[in-house]
Order: sequence, then structure tokens, then C-alpha cells
Amino acid sequence: MAINNIWVFAQVSNGAPTSASLELVTKARSLGGSVGVWVAGDGSAVAAALGAHGATKVYGIDYGSNLAGAAVASAMKSVIDAGDSPDLVMFPQSYEGRDVMSRLSVKLDRTVLTNNIDIVASGDSVTVTTPIFGGNTLVATTFTGGAPYLAAFRPKSFAPESTGGAAAAVQVVGVPDLGATGTANVTAVHVEETTGPKLDEADIVVSGGRGLGESAKYELVEQLAKLLKGAPGASRAIVDAGWVPYSYQVGQTGKVVKPSVYIAAGISGATQHMVGMKGSKNIIAINKDKEAPIFGIADLGIVGDVHKVLPKLIEALQGR
Amino acid sequence: MNIIVCVKQIPDPANPGALDGNNALKRDGKLILDESDSYGVEMALQLVDAAGGGEVSLVSMAPNSETAGLRTALAMGAAKAVLVSDPALQGSDALTTAKILAAAVQRLGGADLIIAATESSDGYTGTVPEQMAEVLGLPSVTFAKKVSIDGGVLKADRQTEAGYDEVTCPLPALISVTAGVVEPRYPSFKGIMAAKSKPVDEVKASDLGVTPVGWDGAGQKITSVTQAEARAAGEVIEDDGEAFGKIVAFLEGLKVI
Ligand SMILES: Cc1cc2nc3c(=O)[nH]c(=O)nc-3n(C[C@H](O)[C@H](O)[C@H](O)COP(=O)(O)OP(=O)(O)OC[C@H]3O[C@@H](n4cnc5c(N)ncnc54)[C@H](O)[C@@H]3O)c2cc1C
Ligand SMILES: Nc1ncnc2c1ncn2[C@@H]1O[C@H](COP(=O)(O)O)[C@@H](O)[C@H]1O
Repeated sequence: MAINNIWVFAQVSNGAPTSASLELVTKARSLGGSVGVWVAGDGSAVAAALGAHGATKVYGIDYGSNLAGAAVASAMKSVIDAGDSPDLVMFPQSYEGRDVMSRLSVKLDRTVLTNNIDIVASGDSVTVTTPIFGGNTLVATTFTGGAPYLAAFRPKSFAPESTGGAAAAVQVVGVPDLGATGTANVTAVHVEETTGPKLDEADIVVSGGRGLGESAKYELVEQLAKLLKGAPGASRAIVDAGWVPYSYQVGQTGKVVKPSVYIAAGISGATQHMVGMKGSKNIIAINKDKEAPIFGIADLGIVGDVHKVLPKLIEALQGR
Repeated sequence: MNIIVCVKQIPDPANPGALDGNNALKRDGKLILDESDSYGVEMALQLVDAAGGGEVSLVSMAPNSETAGLRTALAMGAAKAVLVSDPALQGSDALTTAKILAAAVQRLGGADLIIAATESSDGYTGTVPEQMAEVLGLPSVTFAKKVSIDGGVLKADRQTEAGYDEVTCPLPALISVTAGVVEPRYPSFKGIMAAKSKPVDEVKASDLGVTPVGWDGAGQKITSVTQAEARAAGEVIEDDGEAFGKIVAFLEGLKVI
């Protein structure tokens, strides 16, 4: 057996597959064999984009207002039981991805390895790499037991690449009866408005942390980001405190960013934050504590008060 | 309203993490309540209070009969706990952990609601809660940031990548809650004293009938551990009132302004 049949769980946003999904499809294609991609809703709308990145087949599934986890995992299980069984299923390390892989792992009684940044297939063995301790240490883990192997990957682990393949064939998959597990339903959707470049695509990111002192001071971060035509970001401390929405969070449980310039203002540099931004080309840190771990990875570190440095910096840039 | 909260006991995150001879996370010292789970405990206590009756129970899987973290949660106001501690569990993967915790939930006779954190601070696979829901055949709402219960129906605001969704779900159900949803109370002196005599039912994997467990049950094997290339620190300067100029020059040098 080799790794011949790979599935990818993809997500669609504003009518197009997310870049994290295309990264996985690209990587799956490079591992060889056929690539089947699962998407919520109308598969034919994204069959061209997915095919261009290497998908040979698209499984479209409509689960209405249900949460994705039980619905998609059950549908995957029904296709597997009908004989179309993958050797490997790749998931993005996202909210929906986590729900689906967890449910599927129980249904198939297979382990799922999460938070990976790389994968190697050799013969019928699959090994994934996970960064731990803030990315200082890399752990390689090989699946034992039988396929399907289930693995989840952090965003930006691979580069998405179109090879101009033809649109993938679409198979519509029905959702089996979910019983009690299908009774959680979405009754309203709230989307937070954002302007400017997207956090995970911006060339410059300015993030603020608890060192800003209070919610109102986050405005300094937004002003600076706007002047630099970048995106504002945040540490989890101020997301949890309710100063900014979750979509601003950078780090292990937030977005992975790799901009040309990352400016960290009042952020200590916890390992969980650094794992989401240490791939930035240049890092500038402003922190009043010269022992703050963030200085260990900064190209330019300013030991100072954000309330003094940021306003002057903003003024200087406004004057240009 | 009876609620069961998953409580993970972990090494103090203030100390740097390390791997043991088997490449598992070192967990031999004193363990403490994972802060992420303190939010679940607080939320459970508030929901039971709002329902006007019932109790909060705890389930935990930890080595060396550790109860320090459980005692903290009992001191906050939980009534009792099931602790699964067994050398055979060393090396267990997330799926085995979920099967064990689900069996511990059943040992308590189930509950109206089961609460876990979105991910643990030391393992952070983030899969255990949803796996438990599947083992128990329950609906689940993950990443809940606001929760209320009305007439046997759970209402939650579920954090999403773009904002949040309002979700409803009948009980019994399982939820995972984000940090910051509620403000965890500090145990009172009275609470700490009372916690010492609250029942902790300690069991082994075999008592729960879950096999295989530990290294045998894990569908994975660590094959290598290497150091990643370190990122070197650059220049660090003290702000003398003019440091902003350094930043401007740095950005100019990169031609981004
Ligand atoms: C499982 C798990 C997942 C996590 N995921 C993430 C994640 O995705 N992203 C993330 O960011 N965190 C994450 N965290 C949290 C992380 O551990 C830290 O708690 C968090 O990053 C700290 O945020 P902070 O740097 O803003 O706050 P703090 O650590 O409190 O740091 C504030 C800093 O501001 C400095 N400061 C204070 N006043 C000033 C001033 N006037 N001027 C300049 N500097 C000042 C202080 O010296 C300090 O260094 C996670 C934690 C866990 C357990
Ligand atoms: N050994 C454990 N004992 C009790 N609860 C646990 C344990 N492992 C995981 N959990 C629960 O599941 C959540 C997610 O864990 P994880 O999947 O390890 O990120 C944790 O925050 C806990 O609420």
C-alpha cells in the first residue's frame, strides 16, 4: 500500500476556497495519488479553483444550519463504509477542521495528530512534524496502526500553488441521520466588519498586547497599522479581555502571520504568541521590560513605554 | 442541573517545559489546575446557581494520583470528582484520553451538561472535548464564549473566524469554553477547608473498561526530536525619547515607507 487516495477538508469563504485549504490541496497533490476535497455546500462553485490546485474530485455536502463536526464526519464515514476509503485525511487547524477531525477520529477509532507544519509520506508510512515549546523544538511523529491517517496542519505551513489542472468532478454526498449529535444548530450569524488588508495576508502587521493598559489605547495600534497600510493584530490576552475580536488574534490558537514587518507593542512574547509570528521577515518590539522574551527574537527592540513611543512614531509618519 | 467539568492537571506553565526519556511531556513534579479549565468550573457553578439546584462534578486524568488541581476546583465550589490515575495510561493519545474521560463521565451517571476548555495549556491538541462528545453520542458546541440555559435548551455564542454564531442545542450536551468567558472566583478560606473532605473517587483504566491505553493504544510513535533553527536577537535600545526615530529609519531601510 502506498498513500494513493488523500482527502482534504477545505473551507470556503466569500465563494472561494481559503488559502489554508489550497495550501493543503497543493501539498496533498505533491504526495502523489488522487486528491478528494470535501467542501460545505455547492461543490461545483469551487471545483475549478480546487482542480487548478490539484484536486481530482470534490465532495459537496450540505448540512444546513447544523454545526460541521458531526455532519461532515458522518458523511465521510458513510463514503468510507461504501468502499471509497482514503489513506490520509488532511485538515486545516481551524475551528471547523478541529470539530470534524475529532468526530471522525472516534468514528474510525484512529488517532488524529494536530498542530503540524510538515508531512512526509514514504511507502505506506506517514510522518508529521509538530513544533513545540514555541517552535524551538520539532517533533516528528509517525502514524502506527492502519490507515486512514488523520492529520491537521497549521496555516501557512505550505505554499499554495496552481498547476492549472482541470475542474474537479463533483460528487454530492448526503448527510446520514445524526440522531442527538445533529441537534446543535446555528440560529444567527454575526460577521465583524473589517477594513484594510487581511491580517494573515498583510505585508505589515502591528499588534498590541496587555501593555497598552486599556482597551481605548488599542486605537494607537489601529492608527499605526493604517498609516503603514498594514493590518492590526493582537495577543490573546486582549482578545480574551474583550478589547478586540478573536479575528485579530495572532498565535498558536489564532492566525499565523509572516509579513515583511511585524511590530509588537506591549506584548511579552509568550511562546504561544511567538509561534504565530516568528516567521515574520523583520520584527520590531516595544516593551518597557528589557527582560521581555519578545526581545529575544526582535531585529529592533525598543525598551520603552508604548504610550510615549507610539504617539511620536505616529506623528512622525503622519508628517511624511 | 448537574454539570460535569473536565479538569486537566498540568505542570506549572511558569516553568519551562521538558520531555522525558520517552519523549512525552514531563509531568512528574507537582501539577496544578490548568487555568483554561478554571473558566469551565466557574461557568458550571454559575449555571447551577442560575438553575436553582444541582451540583458540579469533576473528571480528571492525571499521573501519580495527583489531586492538587482538583482540590483547587473543589475549593471553588465543585462537589466531587472522579480521578483516573494509572501508570498504564502513560503515553496515551488524545483519543484514548477522550475515551477515558467519557467513561469517567458515565461512572458519575452522566450529566445535563459537560464542560471542557477549548484546548489544554500543555498538550493543546484541542480535540479531546469533541471526541468525548462523539464517544458519548452527544451534540456539542465548541468555542462557546457566552452560555445560558433556558428550559432545557442551551444557547451559546460560538466564536468563529469571522465573528460569532448564535447556536442552540438541547441538553444533554457538551461544550468547550474559551478563556475569558467568565471571571473565575478565588477559593475562599472556607472553600479550601471544605475541599479537603470532598470525595475524590480514584479509579484505574481497567475499572472503566477502556482498552488498549497508553503507548499501546496510541496510534502514533515519536520518531525524532530536533532543535529548530533559532532566530537571533537584533539591536535592543533604551528609549531616550527619540527611539521612534530608530523605528522610522528601520522602516525606511526596508523601503516599506
Ligand atoms: C493553550 C494556549 C493557547 C494560547 N494561544 C495564544 C495565541 O494564539 N496568541 C497569544 O498571543 N497568546 C496565546 N496564549 C496566551 C499566552 O500564553 C499569553 O498569555 C499572551 O500571549 C500574553 O499576552 P500579552 O503579551 O499581551 O500580555 P502579557 O504577557 O501580560 O504582557 C504584557 C507586556 O506588556 C509590557 N508592558 C506593560 N506596560 C507597558 C507599557 N506601558 N509600555 C510598553 N510595554 C508595557 C509588559 O512588560 C509585558 O511584557 C495561549 C495560551 C495558552 C495556554
Ligand atoms: N487529562 C485530562 N483530564 C481532564 N480533562 C482533560 C484532560 N485532557 C484534556 N482535557 C479537557 O479537554 C480540553 C482540551 O484538551 P486538549 O485536547 O488536550 O487540548 C482541556 O482543556 C480539558 O478541559
